[in-house]
Amino acid sequence: MDHSQKRILMAKTGLDGHWRGPTIVARALRDAGFEVIMIGMANTDDIVRAAVDEDVDLVGLNIGGHINVALRAVNSVREARPDVPIFAGGTVPPHAKKQLEALDVEVFPPGSQLVDIVAAADRLTGRSAD
Amino acid sequence: MHDIQQLISAALDGKRAALARLLSVIERADQNLLAIESQLTPLVGEAFVIGITGPPGAGKSTLINRLVPHALESFGQAAVLAIDPSSPFSQGALLGDRVRMRGGEFGEQVFIRSMASRGEEGGLARATSTAVRLFDACKWPVVIIETLGIGQVELDIMNLADTVLVVLNPGWGDEIQANKAGLTEAGDVFAINKADKPGAAQTHKDLMDSVSLISSKSMPDIMETIATTDKGVLELWQAITAHHARLISSGELGERRHNRQRGLIRRIISDQINRLMDDAFNTEEVAMLLEKSTVGEVDIQNTLHRVLALMNR
Repeated sequence: MDHSQKRILMAKTGLDGHWRGPTIVARALRDAGFEVIMIGMANTDDIVRAAVDEDVDLVGLNIGGHINVALRAVNSVREARPDVPIFAGGTVPPHAKKQLEALDVEVFPPGSQLVDIVAAADRLTGRSAD
Repeated sequence: MHDIQQLISAALDGKRAALARLLSVIERADQNLLAIESQLTPLVGEAFVIGITGPPGAGKSTLINRLVPHALESFGQAAVLAIDPSSPFSQGALLGDRVRMRGGEFGEQVFIRSMASRGEEGGLARATSTAVRLFDACKWPVVIIETLGIGQVELDIMNLADTVLVVLNPGWGDEIQANKAGLTEAGDVFAINKADKPGAAQTHKDLMDSVSLISSKSMPDIMETIATTDKGVLELWQAITAHHARLISSGELGERRHNRQRGLIRRIISDQINRLMDDAFNTEEVAMLLEKSTVGEVDIQNTLHRVLALMNR
């Protein structure tokens, strides 16, 4: 048994209830051997609290349109867990993608492949060297 | 090692991030575990440990979300350990209990931690008991453990919790199910959740009938709840705390904790034995022996003696 499993937090920011995307990503990450902590639709407090208490190695945000809500969540997580990488997906328009990338958030817009997301999780959690 | 000392001190000092990190160290179960256990031992014994178990989908997480405010009112703070299964294939896990428990809303007074079972059978994770002790040592007055959704035999929670709440639903099993060994014996308090669904009264009767025959226990409270609307939750909390009070006044609490301590020591020793056995199996000598043993050239008795000798070195 490998006792060095990496833990990933998956949260949805914003108010729309589209679950399919994050659920599929979470399953892919699980199948790749990650422990994925789902918190569903969450506000910034929920996300920060979970990122700290769950001692996760990576935070995944599914962004539901409102980029400002997502940016606030990113900044708050950074403040509480400066050591933790963040990646994001969902309906991210190009200008928002730039804003997120400026905050060192890796962005997977619609059309991204699961294998690429898993590869990013491997890299960001230090499971793979490259 | 030095880092671990600092982490332990910081966690005992109330630093949340240190406690969170230490829980990860405990889950890794590396060479630091024994040192952590040793340091926790003199500091534990104050926390009220509540175990919540029952079949998948019974509403355990939703019920915990409703019980936490009452726990806060009674004790000021509450920790929740929620166990979910690891995949035996990928070792990965989806830990979804937080979806129904909103950490942020409860603020600093609640610490929710999701834990993957990591190959452990019995409804808990291997690290659960040490995690409970850590919360206890860090002065969290209540620790609520949510087990995996279980069937009939995965009942490690009995050895860990002061009070075991079994959550069932109307229509759970029939008379025969209710009389099967396992869940009904494990429960100190029962909740028939989703009690607005048909069959609640019959389930209540079946359960009452079944538990009344268990001679080793006093008659447990059987409560009806609808977690989604909070109905019956206050009464359930009162039943849980009443059981706790009875444990204290009857002296049974001490007995349970004594058993828990024995179980813990056994587990630490068996972990160590397993490690030694793994080491022995990794040697050339045992590899050869196993090879011969599978084709009948060496009998299993001899293999056993050689492995034991290697473990003893």
